[in-house]
Amino acid sequence: MSTTQMKPYKGQQPAISYRGLGKRRQQGLLTVLTYVVLITGAVALMVPLFWMLSTSLKTEAEVQAWPIQWFPSTPIWQNFVDVFERVPFARYLGNSTWLAVTSIVGQLIGSTLAGYGFARMRFPGRDVLFFVMLSTMMLPAWVVVVPHFMMFNAIDWLDTYKPLIIPELFGSPFFIFLCRQAFLGIHPELEDAARIDGASTFRIFLQIFLPLSVPTLSTIAIFAFYNSWNSLLYPLVYLRTQLKFPISLGMRMFQTADFGVTHYPRTMAASLLSLLPPLLLFFFAQRTFIQGVVMTGVEK
Amino acid sequence: MQQNLGTALAAAGREAGGNRLWPRKGLARREAIEGYLFILPWAIGFLVFRLGPMLYSFFLSLTRYRGTGNIEWVGLQNYIYMFTQDPRFRDSLRATSVYVLSYLPLSLIIGFAIAMLMNQKVRGILGFRTIYYLPSVTSGVAVAILWQFVFHKQFGILNAILGVVGIQPIGWLVDPDYVMVAFVIMSLWGVGGSMIVYLSGLQSIPTELYEAASIDGANAIQRFFRITIPMMTPTIFFNLVTGLIGAFQIFSNAYIMTGGGPQYRTYFFGLNIYFTAFSSLRFGIASATAWVLFTLIIVLTIFIQTTSKRWVYYAGRG
Repeated sequence: MSTTQMKPYKGQQPAISYRGLGKRRQQGLLTVLTYVVLITGAVALMVPLFWMLSTSLKTEAEVQAWPIQWFPSTPIWQNFVDVFERVPFARYLGNSTWLAVTSIVGQLIGSTLAGYGFARMRFPGRDVLFFVMLSTMMLPAWVVVVPHFMMFNAIDWLDTYKPLIIPELFGSPFFIFLCRQAFLGIHPELEDAARIDGASTFRIFLQIFLPLSVPTLSTIAIFAFYNSWNSLLYPLVYLRTQLKFPISLGMRMFQTADFGVTHYPRTMAASLLSLLPPLLLFFFAQRTFIQGVVMTGVEK
Repeated sequence: MQQNLGTALAAAGREAGGNRLWPRKGLARREAIEGYLFILPWAIGFLVFRLGPMLYSFFLSLTRYRGTGNIEWVGLQNYIYMFTQDPRFRDSLRATSVYVLSYLPLSLIIGFAIAMLMNQKVRGILGFRTIYYLPSVTSGVAVAILWQFVFHKQFGILNAILGVVGIQPIGWLVDPDYVMVAFVIMSLWGVGGSMIVYLSGLQSIPTELYEAASIDGANAIQRFFRITIPMMTPTIFFNLVTGLIGAFQIFSNAYIMTGGGPQYRTYFFGLNIYFTAFSSLRFGIASATAWVLFTLIIVLTIFIQTTSKRWVYYAGRG
C-alpha cells in the first residue's frame, strides 16, 4: 500500500500561501498516521479469526507448544473430517438451516402484514397500537421465558420445533417498524391507480408494495437469519433430544467431547464451519447488510 | 430531518392522543376493518406471546412455584428475599452494573472514534470498513468458544502476545479480577456494529456546515465540537439506548465461557434467571428477578429519554 502517496481530493487543495508547503507536509503526515492506526486496528481485530483458522489445522501437540506456534507445520485437514464423524455435525447444520428458513419466511409474512396496516391503513387506535408495538421492543426475553416454557409444556410442544417456529409467524416489532418505514416511502399515486383499476387492498399490498420494498425485505431476511442462527436461549430451554439440536447447542458438544477435555483443533474447526454461513452471507450481501444496519439507526 | 427508532417512539407517543372515532361512512369503515385484519397476526402474537406471558410472569413473581404441584401465593416475599438475603441477586446486580458501566462508555467512545477514522477519504477505506465491521456479524456460541480459547491461560494467543512484552500469563477467565476485563475486550471486538451507525450519521451531516464554518475561520477542533458532536447527538442517543438494553441482557457469552464464575463475577441477570428457573426450578424467584431487570431497563431508558431533551439536537426542529 502506498502510504506516503499524496492524493489531495477536490476542495482540499491547500490555498497558495507562504505556509502552503508546510500544510501539505502536515496533510501527508496525517495520512500516514491514519494508515498506521487503521492497519494496527485491523490486524488486532483479525487476530482471533486467524487464531481460529490456524488452530483448526494444527495437531494437539502444536496447540500446546511453547512458545506458541503461529502456523501449523503441516495442515491437518482431518480435523474438519473429524468434526462430522465425532458428532452429528451435518445434522446440526441441517437443523439450523431449517430453523433459519422458517424464521425468515415467518418474519417476512408477519412483519409485512402488520407494517402495511400501520403504514397505509387508517383505523381508530392505530397510533396507540403502533406505540404499544414499539414499546414491546424493550420487553426482555427474560420476563416471558418462564411463562413461555410453562405454556409450551402445557400444550406438549416441548422438544419440538414448534416453540421456535410458531412465534416467528406473528412478526417482531423491529421488523414491523422497518416495513412501515419502507411502505410509508411509496408514492400513494401508485396505490390510487391500482385501486381505480379495481385491485383489492390485499392485491395492492402483494403486487405493488412488496415488490417495491425488496431492499427492506432482504434486510429483514438477513437479520432474521442471524437471529435464528445465533440464538442459544430458546433452543436451550425448549429442546432435549440431541439430534434436534441446532448448531448453537451442537457446538457445546465440542467443549466436553473427549471425556471432558476440549480437543482444540477439532473445536476450532467446528467453530469455523458454523461461522461460515453468516460470514459468506455477509460477503455476498454486504451492501444490503450495511444499508440495513444504517436504516436501524438513522432514517431519512 | 433525521428520524430514528427513539424519535419515532417519542413521535408515536405524542400522536397517540389524536384518535379518530369509529368511522360511519362506508369506504372509511371498510378501510378500518381491512386495517385491523392486516395487524391481526401481530395483535394475536402480542396477546399470546407478549402481554399474556408478561402479566403471568408478574403473577408468578408473587408466588412460590417449583414447576409441579400448587402455585402458592407469597405476596412480596420473593422480592424481600432477593433484596435482603439472596447473595446471587447481589452478584447479578454487581456483575451486570460493572459490565454495563465499563463496556457501554467504552463502546460509545471507541465506536465513535473508529467511525471518524472510517470517514476519512483515504485509499482502501472501503476494505477497512469491511474488516472493522466483520467481527460484529459473527456472534453466538462459536465465537464464545473461540474467545474462550483466545483467553486460555496456557495456550491462548492473548497471553502469548502479551508474553512478548514480558507480561506474565493472566488467567483471564479464571481470575476474578480479570474476568470482567476479558468480557469487555470481547464485547468491544464487535464494536463495528455501533461504528457503522455512527458512520452513517457522520455522512448525513451536510458538508455546507463545515464549509461555512471554515470560511468563518473555525479550526478542526472547533468544527468537531461545534458541528460534529451536536449533529451526532441523535445517533449517540440511539446507540446509547440500544446498547444499554442489549448490555443488560448479556447471556450467551457468559453461559458458554464461564458459567457465571469465577466467584459469581459474571453471574449476570440472564444467567441468574436461567439457572434459577431451569436448574433450581424456582419459577417464582426467577420471575421476580426478571421483573427487577425489566424495571431497571425501563427506568434507565426513561431517564435517558428525559435528559435527552437537554442534550440531543434534532436539526430542523430548532
